[in-house]
Amino acid sequence: MTAVGPSAGDGGKKKSARRLPGQGLVEGLGVTLRTMFEGAVTVQYPHEKEEPPTRARGVIALKEENCTVCMLCARSCPDWCIYIEGHKEARPPRRAGGRERSVSVLDRFDIDFALCMYCGICVEVCPFDALFWSPEFEYSEGSIAKLLHDKRKLGDWMEVVPESEPLEVGAEIKAK
Amino acid sequence: MTHLLAVDIGWGWTLAIKTVVVLGLIPLGALILGYTFLLKMMSHMQSRLGPMDPGGFHGWFQLVGDGMKFLQKEDIMPEQADRRVFALAPAVVVISTFLIFVVIPTGPRLVVKDLDVGVFYALAVSSLSIIGVLMAGWASANKFALLGALRAAAQLIAYELPLLLAVVGVVVQAGTMNLNGIVTAQQNGAIFGWDGLGNPYILTQFVGFALFLVAAQAELTQTPFDMPVAESELVSGYMVEYTGFRFLFFFIGEFGTAFAFAALAATLVLGGWALPGVHGGTADLLGPLVLFVKLMAVAFLIFWVRFTYPRLREDQLQAMAWKYLIPIALANILVTGLFKVWL
Repeated sequence: MTAVGPSAGDGGKKKSARRLPGQGLVEGLGVTLRTMFEGAVTVQYPHEKEEPPTRARGVIALKEENCTVCMLCARSCPDWCIYIEGHKEARPPRRAGGRERSVSVLDRFDIDFALCMYCGICVEVCPFDALFWSPEFEYSEGSIAKLLHDKRKLGDWMEVVPESEPLEVGAEIKAK
Repeated sequence: MTHLLAVDIGWGWTLAIKTVVVLGLIPLGALILGYTFLLKMMSHMQSRLGPMDPGGFHGWFQLVGDGMKFLQKEDIMPEQADRRVFALAPAVVVISTFLIFVVIPTGPRLVVKDLDVGVFYALAVSSLSIIGVLMAGWASANKFALLGALRAAAQLIAYELPLLLAVVGVVVQAGTMNLNGIVTAQQNGAIFGWDGLGNPYILTQFVGFALFLVAAQAELTQTPFDMPVAESELVSGYMVEYTGFRFLFFFIGEFGTAFAFAALAATLVLGGWALPGVHGGTADLLGPLVLFVKLMAVAFLIFWVRFTYPRLREDQLQAMAWKYLIPIALANILVTGLFKVWL
């Protein structure tokens, strides 16, 4: 955009050189009348449900088996609305003669959606793809305490997580 | 009304029936206009549907529910308010609306009082509402309310003149100030000798009709001219301290007056209750319906303009009335008078 000045703004409107006085007023009436017959763009929500975009930020889902209790999400949460508890368990070695392994097991993973501000930093920061956005938005509650979703409820949300879009050619493919 | 029933039921009952009809008509008219135009037409002009649930069919019950809500609200009165004037003001506004309906004919004999100076009377009582508005603004002891009331007074007085002058053309052409006389003159008139449609004065008094609509818009303090209640400047002007039932009175006054002005315009230039070739008892039966259809057409114009244009500035408002509308109205009277004398 090079032309910046008082004429830049109304450059598009000047189709005809001369306009009759009051022409704009009549055109304005035409706009409202046309809009009146065009039909509504709104959705009558409780009766018909709007389809949110697949990438919409509705609710956060947890894929428990991917979680390593690394606490990155809880630490990066600006609202401190993620509560994580876990413990370590010993597992038998993978190969014969190997060393005994230590695995982190998730005991508690709660997200308080009454505090959450849907910034998505937790989903972004998770290195093991354990957190996902789902466009599902109908989970309001009568009591604010019920907005604390535990790991089972967060795991149930995985069902409404849409399939991720195909990655670019050459990108490393990870599990959902 | 007694003639329609073909029995003489005495003046007491006649008076009672007339009172009930007028008392019922204003809130009903206000509800109909409010629902049809404010809730539905405006919504559709803004690409939405408006209320859809209350009452089942397209939310027709919404305004009744709103009215009930107002009845439940606390009746708040400011501490510094002039209590008696504050309480009386909404009633004055509504009464001026009621009084207009006294002269509007809905049939050859269906009129509360067939005054010989009907037009003059209707416009005179419609300007009574200014007093109510000033009372409300002054008694509220609130500077926003006072500013709103003063703006309203300046505006209503400025537009009273073009409103009156616009109607004079119709009166000159009809040769009477009686509203029923004006309707009959249109019904029995002829367009260049062809009397199939009668002669609705909108054809000859188009300028007068346009002036009347603009002035009525200002009298109703509706959107291009809504400085007295400009919410972004004055919160809501003279109504700012009113709650509950008293606020409801202002609402009924606003939309009831819109109903009255639409009925008045329909009577003056669209032929009122008259259909071509319908006379006598049939006209009495059909009259209210015919008038209602014509009235809704005029109201559509009024509200269409309301929902389209942004608010003018205060000085533009005054300039429009004094510099343009009044001279045009005077010229219209002059031309009408010349035609009346020479044709």
